Amino acid sequence: MNIYVLMKRTFDTEERISISGGKIADDGAEFIINPYDEYAIEEAIQLKDAHGGEVTVVSVGSEEAEKQLRTALAMGADKAVLINIEDDVEESDQFTTARILAEYLKDKEADLIIAGNVAIDGGSGQVGPRVAEQLNIPYVTTITSIEIDGQTVTIVRDVEGDSETIETSLPLLVTAQQGLNDPRYPSLPGIMKAKKKPLDEIELDDLDLDEDDVEPKTKTIDIYLPPKKEAGRILEGEIDDQVKELVQLLHKEAKVV
Amino acid sequence: MTKKIIVLAESREGALRNVSFEAIAAGKKISDGGEIVSVLLGDDVSTHGQELIAYGADRVVTVQNEKLKQYSSDGYAQGLLAVLESENPDGLVFGHTALGKDLAPRIASKLGSGLISDVTAIEEGGDEPVFVRPIYSGKAFEKKVVSDGLVFVTIRPNNIDPLPKEESRSGEVTSLDVEIKDLRTIIKDVVRKATDGVDLSEAKVIVAGGRGVKSEEGFEPLKELADLLGGAVGASRGACDAEYCDYSLQIGQTGKVVTPDLYIACGLSGAIQHMAGMSNSKVIVAINKDPEANIFKVADYGIVGDLFDVVPLLIEEFKKIKAS
Repeated sequence: MNIYVLMKRTFDTEERISISGGKIADDGAEFIINPYDEYAIEEAIQLKDAHGGEVTVVSVGSEEAEKQLRTALAMGADKAVLINIEDDVEESDQFTTARILAEYLKDKEADLIIAGNVAIDGGSGQVGPRVAEQLNIPYVTTITSIEIDGQTVTIVRDVEGDSETIETSLPLLVTAQQGLNDPRYPSLPGIMKAKKKPLDEIELDDLDLDEDDVEPKTKTIDIYLPPKKEAGRILEGEIDDQVKELVQLLHKEAKVV
Repeated sequence: MTKKIIVLAESREGALRNVSFEAIAAGKKISDGGEIVSVLLGDDVSTHGQELIAYGADRVVTVQNEKLKQYSSDGYAQGLLAVLESENPDGLVFGHTALGKDLAPRIASKLGSGLISDVTAIEEGGDEPVFVRPIYSGKAFEKKVVSDGLVFVTIRPNNIDPLPKEESRSGEVTSLDVEIKDLRTIIKDVVRKATDGVDLSEAKVIVAGGRGVKSEEGFEPLKELADLLGGAVGASRGACDAEYCDYSLQIGQTGKVVTPDLYIACGLSGAIQHMAGMSNSKVIVAINKDPEANIFKVADYGIVGDLFDVVPLLIEEFKKIKAS
């Protein structure tokens, strides 16, 4: 089975966010594989182990994403591809990223494409379905399990807490939801092997795209931090009285109950 | 310039979802006085038309088809694209719900347009509407505008107020016949796990538990409190990892991002990843044995105490309020 994983490099979830010069400051910040993409990589490796084939992890970004691609290889992916847009693309949105990925994937004859259902930085959750639409293949989002039997695929997806069982077929794109699996840590032999695995770097030119083809449709005009919340009131006294006071406050002052 | 806006309405278990009315209000902010056309897809949905009008839609178009009884990306895309072809709108608004998140990027891609998702506020008055949306799970916000093509947004439930309901409003409800062809994904089964149909992302009240809940049974009083307040139960990653509850309840940077009117955090320390998912709630109550717990830093009201003492007392007190 020919499996592709779409991966994004993101801020570590532990990072606090600060802004400088109208942009999110990334000096000294730790970067990780987007956690949802980690589920995608793990699932791809498990499916390869069960059905045979090859796992290729693809990322659109800058040279810095090499580190996360290398980690994916250390987990067990076979190949990595960095589509480096640093020199060609000044501004991008989900239209841009999806257009580039679809252009890259169109002649790859992927049986299965797995992406995270959302990236924890931008949080738009658009790229997976956009790519599927451009490749004209079906997609299923927020999956928590996938079983493949020949061309038939049975999937469970999370829909706002409910579970839907879906039957579909390959080729297919799915996006990973939490609960799909427990991503492995790269092993020491894995890390050693990863150094020798292919990590190709390509640019827009190699995809016969130029900047105009991928010009974003939306524009960010401001980035700011939410207003800092004032510390609230810690109630005092006997627990009974605190509870009575709290309910009164919620009812009369905050008026939420 | 006035814009004609298509607003996708959603029903759940036979009733329209609140986010559909919020989407109409969002459409109004974008339209600059233009027409709001609400679209409903399903197998039997025409009875909802009047309610959408009452909430501010100028017109309603329904697409009724047996194959649209359950949501599928293929079915809904075909139904909606047929409506878009006949209406030729300047913009689209969907709810940022499971359905909206699944369908909107596909439609945007098909139309070659941008999509600003998970919008929490819309600023009017300038040359073009400005959309506010959280990034880094609410650790920061960005303002976006459309630079080319359709104005297409999904709005986060519970953030944009719906217009007042006016039964006296009138408008046309028409239906469009669309042939729905092969669906490539077939729903075989649906298991409902959500508590009493109150969805976390839309709940006005959330009672959330952390490791301090200690067990699956420990969530029982939290459920009772949530049910009493018409809300939903949520959890921290710690509680999910410890298997006290299902991952579908997880709130945080991985998990759901929620903004209810009232968030009651029980036995939950307030890790940064969790706070990213709930700190924009309107009112936060923290109940924790540890007075140093991080959660007190974002709480509006805090009680230092054992949740198993405090929650039953809360249930009693809220019952008194409800009865009065």
